[in-house]
Amino acid sequence: MAKIRPDYENSWWAKLLRWLETGSTALDDALTGELDAKSADHLIASNTHHDAQEQELEERRHAALEREKRLYDHIHQWAQNRGSRLMRWVYIIASVVMCLGIIALLLTTAANLPPYGDPNNPVNNEVSGHYIEKGMQETGAVNIVAGMILDYRAFDTLGESNVLFIAAVTVLILLRLAPSKDGKPTTEQLEAEADDRMYEPKHDVILQHQANLLVPLILLFGVYVIMNGHISPGGGFSGGAIMGAGLILYLNAHGFRKTERFFTFTTFRIVSLCALSFYACSKAYSFFTGANHLTSIFTPGTPGMLFSAGLIPYLNIAVGLVVCCTMYAFYTLFRKGDM
Amino acid sequence: MELHFALWQHIPFVCILLPLASAALTSVMKPRLARWWAMGVLVVVTALSAHISAQFFFGAEGYVFPMGHYYAPIGNEIRAGSLEALTSLFFSLIMLFSLMGGMKKLDEHLDNNKQNLYYVVLLLLTAALMAQVYTNDLFTSYVFLEIMTLAACALIAVRKRGRTLVAATRYMIMNLIGSGLFLLGIVILYDLTGHLLMEDIHEQVAAIAATGEYAQPLTVVIALFAIGLAIKSALFPFHTWVPDAYGFSTPTSAAVLSSLVSKGYIFLLIKIMYRVIGLDVIAATGIDDVLFVFSLTGMVMGSISALRQNDVRRMIAFSSVAQIGYIYLGMAIGTETGMMAAMFHLFSHAVCKSMLFLAAGGLADASNNSKIFRDLRGSGYRSPIAGVAFTIGALSMVGFPFLGGFVSKLNLALAGLELSPVRASLVLVTLAVSTTLNTMYFLRTVITLYRKPREGVTYSVERGQRGFCFNAALVLLAALNVALGIFSQAAVNMITTGLQMFG
Repeated sequence: MAKIRPDYENSWWAKLLRWLETGSTALDDALTGELDAKSADHLIASNTHHDAQEQELEERRHAALEREKRLYDHIHQWAQNRGSRLMRWVYIIASVVMCLGIIALLLTTAANLPPYGDPNNPVNNEVSGHYIEKGMQETGAVNIVAGMILDYRAFDTLGESNVLFIAAVTVLILLRLAPSKDGKPTTEQLEAEADDRMYEPKHDVILQHQANLLVPLILLFGVYVIMNGHISPGGGFSGGAIMGAGLILYLNAHGFRKTERFFTFTTFRIVSLCALSFYACSKAYSFFTGANHLTSIFTPGTPGMLFSAGLIPYLNIAVGLVVCCTMYAFYTLFRKGDM
Repeated sequence: MELHFALWQHIPFVCILLPLASAALTSVMKPRLARWWAMGVLVVVTALSAHISAQFFFGAEGYVFPMGHYYAPIGNEIRAGSLEALTSLFFSLIMLFSLMGGMKKLDEHLDNNKQNLYYVVLLLLTAALMAQVYTNDLFTSYVFLEIMTLAACALIAVRKRGRTLVAATRYMIMNLIGSGLFLLGIVILYDLTGHLLMEDIHEQVAAIAATGEYAQPLTVVIALFAIGLAIKSALFPFHTWVPDAYGFSTPTSAAVLSSLVSKGYIFLLIKIMYRVIGLDVIAATGIDDVLFVFSLTGMVMGSISALRQNDVRRMIAFSSVAQIGYIYLGMAIGTETGMMAAMFHLFSHAVCKSMLFLAAGGLADASNNSKIFRDLRGSGYRSPIAGVAFTIGALSMVGFPFLGGFVSKLNLALAGLELSPVRASLVLVTLAVSTTLNTMYFLRTVITLYRKPREGVTYSVERGQRGFCFNAALVLLAALNVALGIFSQAAVNMITTGLQMFG
């Protein structure tokens, strides 16, 4: 029934329906409403009157259009030029003020903290005392840090090695180029490959000879740092990073063709899988026995020996492998989107 | 072999380590096998969580479980109570349903060689959520918070489109700032108390607060925790990363992000407020007033932004901002009732939002892959189950009786009444305004779903039939919504006892 009304289009109901359909168009409605208001009136008057009215209508419409255009230009130009510049300055000033405020706040906080190195600080309590006094005898690790991260707080480190793993997976998801459905390489992959070949150092004799000399030493040093992680400073994280750096150097000197003989995507997956599952399973065993007061088959042994300190050397190896693979994977993925 | 703990008390430990160990295994599997493996693991975790929830429901006591041969504070430990058990049950259930509901879409949105990586991410996220729920150590929670942040980035970026990459970058920047602030808070708090175990910090903090010696650093610590986690869970002024992240990712990701990842951070904040700092200390610093203001503004502004959207997914995303405001309101009220209301709304919103995102995906599928309201007209008929699920979700968000949203709004209003008259009226008025706005945009969508379709447009209806898993997930989620509304008292009781075990 409502549709019989001549001004149906302007009624609230029609507006509601239009809004339901298209979302908020209040501005458009207002503008068209202004333009159409007069034209909707049908002119049934006499001819002379008609002409005058039409003339007036035309002028009105023209004026409205003009006004709208001016307004639009004004707003648009302002937003494009002055406005955006102004906002940029507002943002810059606001962020600088915020930064300075936060810096000042944190500096004041640091000044209000317990004085550094005071023996009466709350940090020097029975927990750190326990680590220092009984650390070696309980965990069997001479390096107290290794004993801490791989035995006392092994749960945190288990999480931490999975942080590395998920970081590698995230980079894989972001950067790995997908093959087409039939398994053939796509143009994207071929382009990345060609790009890589173009920028790769080609037969750089100096680099190759240096690498041949250094890479074995670097890898050996990495292995040393990992294997002695429980005896001297070092461990899985630092040793793995050293080994990863060695692999990256080798790759830079000799190119993918040589490294792919021993390190492909499958290698990465298998090594990560073995290291992480070993870590998770051995720690699950150790948590289970620990919680239930069962004796673990891993004992601290004689501190200072290569195979002592229970699980710690093996966990160091696992962590080292994960770190090494992750570093190498990052490098290859950033370079050509595949391994 | 004499076990020190009963067998059911090992459940939290299994719930954390099983997904963690199987995640690496998933990376070497064929995509199809990986999918069923992930589903299987999630089913097991859900069943175990249900069992432990039942144990607590029938009156078991909370307990701590050492992770290693050394008791806390020397080693790590996890703690289980009825609130933790219930949260883990909800989280694993929603994770399972989200995966089920979005499975068909994953084939379409994911590159072929990334399918199993997606399941790796989902399983690691599950493990991190479980660890976050059960941990009793502040630093462990930070480690698993990092996994959650990275996993969330991967979930957004896995669908290759310009918008998702921008969204993932923005998410990354905002969330890393949040993590940074949270870590700073932990460092300063450790300097003040010398502990990382929650109970020990709590004791020390109470002592410090009583002497008033380190009042300024303590305030800064609380502010860092609150703001850091508020950024990560998208409380109102920090919500700018939400619409793109939730609006353009694949449906499973959107459901998981909105109902699990942000809720994990909120649960952590509740835990910190209750078990680490203590509600009275927080109230003395005035940080809760800041949260109060943010949450009230968020409730209104989120809804207004939702009202202006033309795209159903973005609308739901903005509605999330408003709903996060509700949860923070309960926390900012700071009483037992307020916390209970916040926890209940955390559950009801998690259950509801995941369903809405999945249903919106189904409806868009039945409308030639368009999420614009104009094209969604009549999609309720073309994809009936998704339409009904969306309607139920919308009604629950609006606060229709017999659904979860009603109970949480009621509890929030009751909690608000405990405040001073001015604040109580502020809470009630804002609740009323926000509910009205909710009704406007949600009912508008529901009406759109059941209007006559546009003329001259043909829809390929086969695409609307999304298969058994999708329908099953939506039906189960809808049932969960209704159950949460009808049997709300059971959940409320469990939350209340859980909060008492917390203290």
